[in-house]
Amino acid sequence: MADHDTARPARKAPLSETSEWNFDLIALYDREIARIAHDRFGLDTFPNQIEVISSEQMMDAYSSVGMPVGYNHWSFGKQFVEVENLYRRGQMGLAYEIVINSSPCIAYLMEENTMPMQALVIAHACYGHNSFFKGNYLFRTWTDASAIIDYLVFARHYIAECEERHGVEAVEQILDSCHALMNYGVDRYKRPNPVSAETERNRQQEREESLQKQVSELWKTFPAMQPDIKRRKSTQRYPSEPQENLLYFIEKNAPLLEPWQREIVRIVRKMAQYFYPQRQTKVMNEGWATFWHYTLLHEMYDEGLVTEGFMLEFLQSHAQVVYQPPFDSPQYSGINPYALGFAMFRDLRRICEHPTEEDRIWFPDIAGSDWLGTLKFAMQSFKDESFIQQFLSPSVIRDLKLFAVLDDDEEANLEIRAIHNERGYQQVRQMLSEQYNLSIHEPNIQVYEAAVRGDRSLTLQHVRQDRRPLARDKAADVLRHLHRLWQFDVHLESVDQGRVVERLSIPAATEEPQP
Amino acid sequence: MSFIVDRRLNGKNKSTINRQRFLKRYREHIRDAVDDAVNQRSIRDMERGERIIIPRKNLNEPQFHHGAGGRRTIVHPGNREFQQGDTIARPPGSGGGDGGDKASNQGDGMDDFAFELDPGEFLNFLFEGLALPNLVKRQLQGDTHSRIVHGGIVSQGNPSKINIVRSMRQASMRRRALSAAARRRLRDLQAEYDKLLNEEQSITRQARLGELKEQIERLERRIKGIPYLDTVDLRYNHTVRQPVPMTRAVMFCIMDVSGSMSQEMKELAKRFFLLLYLFLQRNYQHTEVVFVRHHTSAKEVDEEEFFYSRETGGTIVSSALRLTADIIRERYPEDRWNIYAAQASDGDNWNDDSPACTKILLEELLPKMQYFSYVEIMPRRHQALWESYKQLQQSMPKVFALQQIDGPGDIYPVFRELFRQRLEEH
Repeated sequence: MADHDTARPARKAPLSETSEWNFDLIALYDREIARIAHDRFGLDTFPNQIEVISSEQMMDAYSSVGMPVGYNHWSFGKQFVEVENLYRRGQMGLAYEIVINSSPCIAYLMEENTMPMQALVIAHACYGHNSFFKGNYLFRTWTDASAIIDYLVFARHYIAECEERHGVEAVEQILDSCHALMNYGVDRYKRPNPVSAETERNRQQEREESLQKQVSELWKTFPAMQPDIKRRKSTQRYPSEPQENLLYFIEKNAPLLEPWQREIVRIVRKMAQYFYPQRQTKVMNEGWATFWHYTLLHEMYDEGLVTEGFMLEFLQSHAQVVYQPPFDSPQYSGINPYALGFAMFRDLRRICEHPTEEDRIWFPDIAGSDWLGTLKFAMQSFKDESFIQQFLSPSVIRDLKLFAVLDDDEEANLEIRAIHNERGYQQVRQMLSEQYNLSIHEPNIQVYEAAVRGDRSLTLQHVRQDRRPLARDKAADVLRHLHRLWQFDVHLESVDQGRVVERLSIPAATEEPQP
Repeated sequence: MSFIVDRRLNGKNKSTINRQRFLKRYREHIRDAVDDAVNQRSIRDMERGERIIIPRKNLNEPQFHHGAGGRRTIVHPGNREFQQGDTIARPPGSGGGDGGDKASNQGDGMDDFAFELDPGEFLNFLFEGLALPNLVKRQLQGDTHSRIVHGGIVSQGNPSKINIVRSMRQASMRRRALSAAARRRLRDLQAEYDKLLNEEQSITRQARLGELKEQIERLERRIKGIPYLDTVDLRYNHTVRQPVPMTRAVMFCIMDVSGSMSQEMKELAKRFFLLLYLFLQRNYQHTEVVFVRHHTSAKEVDEEEFFYSRETGGTIVSSALRLTADIIRERYPEDRWNIYAAQASDGDNWNDDSPACTKILLEELLPKMQYFSYVEIMPRRHQALWESYKQLQQSMPKVFALQQIDGPGDIYPVFRELFRQRLEEH
């Protein structure tokens, strides 16, 4: 008994006994959580800005995709109406928190939450997500946390200004079209060189002029009598290599866009780029934050800072968050990123601390290593796809009872390709990792050709993978939007093994000769 | 390290603009949905908001997605009985089209988009494009309503209405005026004093200097003694009451309660009256309703009795019209009120009464009225009253209208037809 007492630091008095919260208590909890996170576990975070808001404000935050300042657009209104509606009818609880990747890192706490929930949210958002934003390589390369708020303000003002000058409708149309292409407004492979919002604003004027000049250069009509120009026609395709970033291509090359329209395209593209890391790290980000709220609050309990009642309430919420319904449950809607991410980070810690024989074979490098260092390395250097590829362990596959189903439209039945057994681990891991690869998940569509010297039409190519076609009616809608931006004919070719198998044109080709 | 901010006091309606833009964009769909809703709604809750359902496809923000088909592998959790190599029948409906669902990431199986319109928005949509005929003709002077307007500046008033700028200006003017003579004299004396100072020392000079100095001091005291702000300087903002023109309307609901009107027919009539009432309420600041029911004789009743008590007997429509004319004469002088009437009946009437009705309408009622609408609730052929009213309508198409209602579904369309904004009028 005495031995036990000396091994552990003396238990402290709980910070609070009831579930009521007030601002002093929040500050107190935050200080304690910060102490444990920074001093004991060495998490590196941006400064935090904790904002207490009401549920209505939470709905506002929801519908602006968590951006604290957003430009106005009907689609946000639609989202607001949808959330409000679900919430009013009790079909959906609001998320306990929203956190914004900025410096200081802004986290919203709802006033309805109890003290244990507020503590959970602080641990989850202000130390979990926050350290992820600061540490993960994707966020480090792609987003500039200190500048994002300024940029959002710039964007909002710019778009409001455009609405004043050119009418709400005209701006809305451009935004609609850009939103349709938003997923194709990111550079997947190129690295950016980040600019601050300050420079951004200063450059905008400059850009407007020079861009227009450049575009005019590209589309300059050549006098027809110069004989050698005709001959050159077939030799060069523009762009010389397919372009993956459709919005960038449009911003730089669309023949008839006004300068302000180009700037709006750019704003949407920047937005898309800002959110791109989040889309690529859902599992990791949520898993990391969940792992840390779980670890930090348990640490607080061990120190005696929180009561048992607190822990019960916390654990109940935690269990809800990480629940994974099985595939045949009516609640099932894909793999819960919280559940998968939490299970993986937790198992990673177990592999470091208490490795089994199996772990030593699968993870010879990390079995038995320092868990904190290993977890931080994993958090910093991977995205969902590669994280799963590297760290999905057999024991997590077994726990979640993962299995892979092959759906081939040439076969009458579905086939179970792999299950959670010795032969299947590798395959399940491979397939799950691919499932999180955005470039497989989303159709691979690139700009193939802009007919600079012909009819000015724009041709996109969709390269089919595993014969998977595009949803045709939706694709046609997106093309209509693209047509609005490009303003000349647009074509979409679907290519399977080097052959064009399907062709979609807007405006619909009426008498195009079929090859 | 952390900043804690209480944002609860900030505005919560950050999304208002976005919400309005959304509503504007889907105006058409919403109006269709409102039209549907009105016809299905029970009469009591017409003024409630409405849940609007818009087919999801109309709200799409399209994105590129994979379609059904091809070859794909999906990892699922929670395996119980499957072994590697098992084949299972393709679940119906899924057809491999999983990708689209997941990518949209908004609740599965939600085909429609539903949301609540608040009562105000609902009524806006309900009455959009409708107008009260002949409304512009009378903007009437009400006796009770006035508003407070600025009425200039006065020198007496309530301390709370002090006009500071004007008071200070007044004070400054008074100070200048009162001290003008003293200041002029002071200037002269000062000049003389300065001149003397430059002269050579002499006894007279010294005496004069002392004298001057004394006078200067006295003058300065006097100037100083002028009060900075005096009660006479105070100026007050004045307000006056100004009568404002107010639009007032009275609506007569006239219903046949004879034996031939069944309860369903009355329900239909009630819905129609209710719509009319809501509509008038939106257009006039003050609306009164008079219920007149009739069989062979007419009576003014309260709402409850109007809709729910039942009587039997024959039908003499003119009795109700006569009573209406009397009430108007007594209580609603036509130069002060906008007068509307809606009559609902199954069209049954004593044969020789219909010409009498036409006569009363033509000579007594219609000249005083803004609009008289007649709805015949009759699924079958028209009866005597319709024919005479038809002629009336042809001779006075602007103030008289008639329509037929077959069932609940007709009420709103008929209402729209009666009050459709007529382009030639505007």
